[in-house]
Amino acid sequence: MTARTPDLVLSSAPFSRETATTPRIMLEVVAAALVVLGVACWTFGIGALLIVGAATAGAVVTEWLFSRSAVPSPLGDYSALLTGLLLGLTLPPEIPLWIAFLGGVSGIGLGKLIWGGLGQNLFNPALVGRAFLQAAFPTAITTWSNPVGPESFFRVPPGLFAAPLLRADIDAVSAATPLGLAKFEQQLTGYGDLIVGHTAGSLGETSAVVLLLCGLWLGLRRLFDWRLPVATCLAVAVCAGALHLLQPDVHPPPAFALLSGGALFAAVFMVTDPVTTPTTTRGAWIFGFGVGFLVVIIRQFGGLPEGVMYAILFMNALTPHINRFTQPRSFGA
Amino acid sequence: MSAAAAVSAAPSTFRHGVHPPERKGATDALPIERMPFVGEYVLPLSQHTGAPSKPVVRVGQRVRRGQLIGEPVGFISTALHAPVTGRVAAVEPRLHPNGKTLPAIVIETDPYDSQRLPAFAPLDPSSLPAAEMVERVQLAGLVGLGGAAFPSHVKLQVPEGRRVQLVVINGCECEPYLTCDHRIMVERPDAVVRGTAIIRDRVGAERAIIGVEENKPDAIAALRAASADIEVVPLRVKYPQGAEKMLVDAIFHREIPEGGLPLDLEILVNNVGTTAALADLFDRGVPLIERVVTVTGPAVARPRNLLVPLGTPLSAAIEHCGGLTREIRQVVLGGPMMGMAQKSLDVPIIKGSSGILCLDRATSVPFREFPCIRCGRCVEACPIFLNPTRLAQLVRAERLDDLEAHHLLGCFECAACSYACPSRIPLVQWMRLGKALLRRRKEAG
Repeated sequence: MTARTPDLVLSSAPFSRETATTPRIMLEVVAAALVVLGVACWTFGIGALLIVGAATAGAVVTEWLFSRSAVPSPLGDYSALLTGLLLGLTLPPEIPLWIAFLGGVSGIGLGKLIWGGLGQNLFNPALVGRAFLQAAFPTAITTWSNPVGPESFFRVPPGLFAAPLLRADIDAVSAATPLGLAKFEQQLTGYGDLIVGHTAGSLGETSAVVLLLCGLWLGLRRLFDWRLPVATCLAVAVCAGALHLLQPDVHPPPAFALLSGGALFAAVFMVTDPVTTPTTTRGAWIFGFGVGFLVVIIRQFGGLPEGVMYAILFMNALTPHINRFTQPRSFGA
Repeated sequence: MSAAAAVSAAPSTFRHGVHPPERKGATDALPIERMPFVGEYVLPLSQHTGAPSKPVVRVGQRVRRGQLIGEPVGFISTALHAPVTGRVAAVEPRLHPNGKTLPAIVIETDPYDSQRLPAFAPLDPSSLPAAEMVERVQLAGLVGLGGAAFPSHVKLQVPEGRRVQLVVINGCECEPYLTCDHRIMVERPDAVVRGTAIIRDRVGAERAIIGVEENKPDAIAALRAASADIEVVPLRVKYPQGAEKMLVDAIFHREIPEGGLPLDLEILVNNVGTTAALADLFDRGVPLIERVVTVTGPAVARPRNLLVPLGTPLSAAIEHCGGLTREIRQVVLGGPMMGMAQKSLDVPIIKGSSGILCLDRATSVPFREFPCIRCGRCVEACPIFLNPTRLAQLVRAERLDDLEAHHLLGCFECAACSYACPSRIPLVQWMRLGKALLRRRKEAG
């Protein structure tokens, strides 16, 4: 043997690994969320960018402050970036920026860090942030506005810059979301507007077609368990359809239930969070059906027009139990 | 089961598993080449599952190629032979591919000998009494060449009261990079088919089936052309199909019981290389003194399939393939999924070594670990339906009772979970640690 023995690295098999890594998965979902943000800007003007930016800043800053030792860079594994973006996209278009920022702080702080960081949290952090805001600022988070035309793209609603803890000078022409209109005024928004997203609502939830495309893309890239969104949508359609058959003039048809409100946004971006949803195949179906069922029940029989957030948080709480009862049979047992 | 059970027409496979890049292109069309003899061979006494062989030669003694140098100790043990004619230079501890320093016989090659094997009249195994045939296989040192190196004669000795109805020959070669079994099937289909028939007739099975992954169409065609009464079943490419539990599931859609053997389903599974070696034993009288090894990977100059004498140092085999490139980072004995990284190139090729994999910086990236995001990819990868991430948590917490309840002992360490994990958690290492903890508890009583 003439060649010198090189310094060989010792490590354990396997020496080949799947190319997908956790940060890469997060980044791809971030990319999909950015597409939705683009649509939000087109629908509600440049203010959407500021609100989502504030929520994201709150999330990322909190993560960086409290887990510097574990995370090598401010963006780390991109999970806080994703949480902030998703939270921002669930907020209304005229919410003051400081509230959005606080939502990001509480989402990461209360939704993730106090549980032990990435992978340890029971509840979806973005929705914890939103639930915090819902409890603390019930008016701000339910004040909606209509989409703006292209001529006022750069007009930022002055309410965004309200000083913290002072009553905001809300000048918005308060509008109603399609779900609000359906619930309180028995008025169904046209499917054309729902599909394109030309309705009042949270920043990211309005355009059904864009959400469907994002979901399709993420699903085909196998970045989430496809059973979760499919089960959720199926359950919404089935439950809404059953109620609609019983009382057609009280309960909207299933297509409306699916296309309005946050159902699709949640199906694509919220119920697909791997951390807070079951790891088992059967568990995924149960989780999705549970969310869809609860969404319809809360919407039709609860006090609020929308129920997606509480439906998911409730099912998040059940996830460890679902996991326990759906463990797969082992091979040859 | 009925031996007439249908084998489905469309290529089938087992459930779950992963699809690592195959990377067999560098060597899958290269004929097997015989490697020239080198100066020294190192033969660890433990190259197989079971008790190590006992040396029957003295230092300084002259040995002929094919001569017995180590005898089996007990039934689950096997013999060892001189791979070359030469002189026993030492019987001493040497570095073993498993990382330990273990007793080995070192043979210095006689440079003037022809290394020709003695003439041998083919022997008809069916003419031998069963016990004598099994003993011959044991004394030939034959073991499973797929990697586990389980002594072959043990499988041929069907225990009292049990029977074997089906013989399954494993031609999956599901590990990426490796092509030695592939080349054996393409170049020596007659030996594979003949070995299959020997096993089938020995255990009295009604049927014999050779399972081959469909990424080796030339092997499937060659085997079909060579066999009249042995079925060749193509299987969809997936890792770890070469595991016997998975192979039986893929072909028959039947599950070997947890903690059980193929024998529990009246099936015997053997690797193609082993099967060809068995044919060689009876046709040419050759004990196991050489094997085919794929020397491959981006960091070796000219990847090849080599027929090497057992005991050849890795350095010599690599040198014969043009040496390592500058980019060398890791040398792995075996495939990338279940092989073992080597610290020194002085270790010898042993009976279970199917490949020498030379990885460079690009193919052997350092793996930074992230927290588990409970994505469930490991659950969907595990071929025996375990929940690896949950098991890893339980190992960390040393919850031994829960580990048993979660079927940890069924894990055969295929590493599909570690492969699939996007957070690069060393799941299979946690499984091994957990199994070791359970073993220790059992030994402590």
